[in-house]
Amino acid sequence: MIEAVGLTKRYGDKTAVYNLSFQVRPGSVTGFLGPNGSGKSTTMRMILGLDNPTSGTVTIGGYPYRKLPNAPRQVGALLDAKAVHGGRAARSHLLSLAQLSGIPARRVDEVLRVVGLQDVAKKRSKGFSLGMGQRLGIAAALLGDPQVLLFDEPVNGLDPEGILWVRNLMKALAAEGRTVFVSSHLMSEMALTADHLIVIGRGQLLADMSVTDFISANSADFARVRTPDSEPQLREKLSSALTEAGGHVLPEQDGALRVTGLPLPRISDLAHEADVRLWELSPHQASLEEAYMRMTQGAVDYRSTIDQKAGLQQPLPPGAQPPMPVPGQGQPGWYAPPPPQQAGQPFTAPTPPSGPYGGAPAGAYGAPGAPGAPSAGAPNPYAAPAPQGQPPVAPAQPPAAAPAPAASAPAPADPTQPKDAR
Amino acid sequence: MAAVQVIRSEWTKIRSVASTVWTLSLTVVVTVALGTLISALSRSQYDRMPVRERLSFDPTVISFAGMTLGQLAMIVFGVLVVSNEYGTGTIRVSLAAVPQRGTFLFSKIAVAAALALAVGMVTGFAAFFLGQAMLGSLGTKIGEPGVLRAVIGSGLYMALIAMFSMGVAAMLRSAMLSLGILMPFFFLISNILGNVDATKKIGRYLPDQAGSRIMQVVPRIGDDTPYGPWGGLGIMVLWVIAALAGGYALLRKRDA
Repeated sequence: MIEAVGLTKRYGDKTAVYNLSFQVRPGSVTGFLGPNGSGKSTTMRMILGLDNPTSGTVTIGGYPYRKLPNAPRQVGALLDAKAVHGGRAARSHLLSLAQLSGIPARRVDEVLRVVGLQDVAKKRSKGFSLGMGQRLGIAAALLGDPQVLLFDEPVNGLDPEGILWVRNLMKALAAEGRTVFVSSHLMSEMALTADHLIVIGRGQLLADMSVTDFISANSADFARVRTPDSEPQLREKLSSALTEAGGHVLPEQDGALRVTGLPLPRISDLAHEADVRLWELSPHQASLEEAYMRMTQGAVDYRSTIDQKAGLQQPLPPGAQPPMPVPGQGQPGWYAPPPPQQAGQPFTAPTPPSGPYGGAPAGAYGAPGAPGAPSAGAPNPYAAPAPQGQPPVAPAQPPAAAPAPAASAPAPADPTQPKDAR
Repeated sequence: MAAVQVIRSEWTKIRSVASTVWTLSLTVVVTVALGTLISALSRSQYDRMPVRERLSFDPTVISFAGMTLGQLAMIVFGVLVVSNEYGTGTIRVSLAAVPQRGTFLFSKIAVAAALALAVGMVTGFAAFFLGQAMLGSLGTKIGEPGVLRAVIGSGLYMALIAMFSMGVAAMLRSAMLSLGILMPFFFLISNILGNVDATKKIGRYLPDQAGSRIMQVVPRIGDDTPYGPWGGLGIMVLWVIAALAGGYALLRKRDA
């Protein structure tokens, strides 16, 4: 177990790591995420006693690294794949490290086979690719068969086969009850490898939670709605109708709308009511990468995520459409909903509930069946005429079908909230 | 325990890089070849020498004349042994394996210094015997008073020069910076300071000026150097201790 308490590191007036406290537990892979320069490597070096913290402590199994008995047999680390003398053969490099730690020489050949470098063991590491360097570094970390393993960006430069291998290796090591601490700036990779995440930005802790918690808190469902390209006014009309119904509408670059806060059937109903044809209505999930980027982006500019309406109109393409009260593309918070602690309702929070339904008690309509019912009935009348190309029928049918969705309209408006708030 | 491990590891490291072979063999070849050449030239020029020079003619020193150049290769060896760790980043791997930094540094230096001493001794004896062979009747013998001390001293001098370089490299960490300071210093500056009258009194306390005193057998005329052969070597040892202490102090304190 690795435990950091109030870890702070300053270089001159630059603070690399500030007041970092976390625990890395055995038996699971802990991902250590942060953008470049966020202090990951500095933290790793402090764990290994290479850099002295300005304040705070970090211990492994209760000992600071420099006091840890038999440290190289307890802890293995890959800090930098290039930390090899280029003129030295791979095997000699590992042999010198093994001798340094009092590890028998036959272990060197074992780890060379584990990382698949046995054929180039006698070659100088100068000619190694970055991926081979990573394998050599991983071999060095495994030498002492340690209970605690630290890997700094182990998949950099690896081919897909190598990435898969590293992923499985980390999981296997953790499954054996070891403590595995892996840094990366790739959220997608960590989502597949790690069980627990520690996210830092600009040296400060942003998140310390399990991957499943991170996913449920940060992965955002949204609907992509596309209206006919030929009639921009339809898009505008739909957009205001959806906003009025409590949805959060963001324009996408290609002219589609990204809608959060409303279930698909409800969007369809609203479009129908507004007499807007749809070319696309599809469910999507914002990637964890986006959620992570938003989180790290907000490390310092956290307030701007909340108060972003000031810059709303700016990024819209020139002359494309009238300004809409939505956040612009590329701004923090555009991709994914705000963090849960901000409002507790990731989807609907940024837009205040408006219109006739806004005042209704949200929880009262928490019937899961309500959204399902219209979805079964309502989309079909639309779906059928459109492919068949029968415009005369389409206008005729909606009035007939209209009463049913219109009547149930107040109900589905609110079920979105309890659903999304989960 | 830890020291034994570091020594074994360092021996593997030092054997497995080409720079060790190159710098050390260059030390031997340059020192011996140049010493032999100058010995041969001295013999042919002896008759034309002024009397003053003939009186202080020191065949032992003549045979070590190649050391001025040969020691530069030894300096490169010493610098590379330490700075390779920093240049490649292996210092972090090493210090993670041996958190006792003093044990690491001094064991490392012990291995390199032992190797430098062995090579220095071989160089010293080879240069001496080949040089004396070239000098012929002008030469001296290993059994003459002070000669054996001078030959063994030349090996010690080589080892101390290497250790001094290691200490400097441990302080500066960069091979370029260390060599950029040490090479011109030992090749030019120290010689100038030690031989120009105005600076001689200070210059002769510089590590190589003081240390090379051990290789002298016949005193120079009008020599007022306040220390003897072993005293000079002692001064050099003090320099080496200072450099190593500085390297250790910085390594201990600094982030790796």
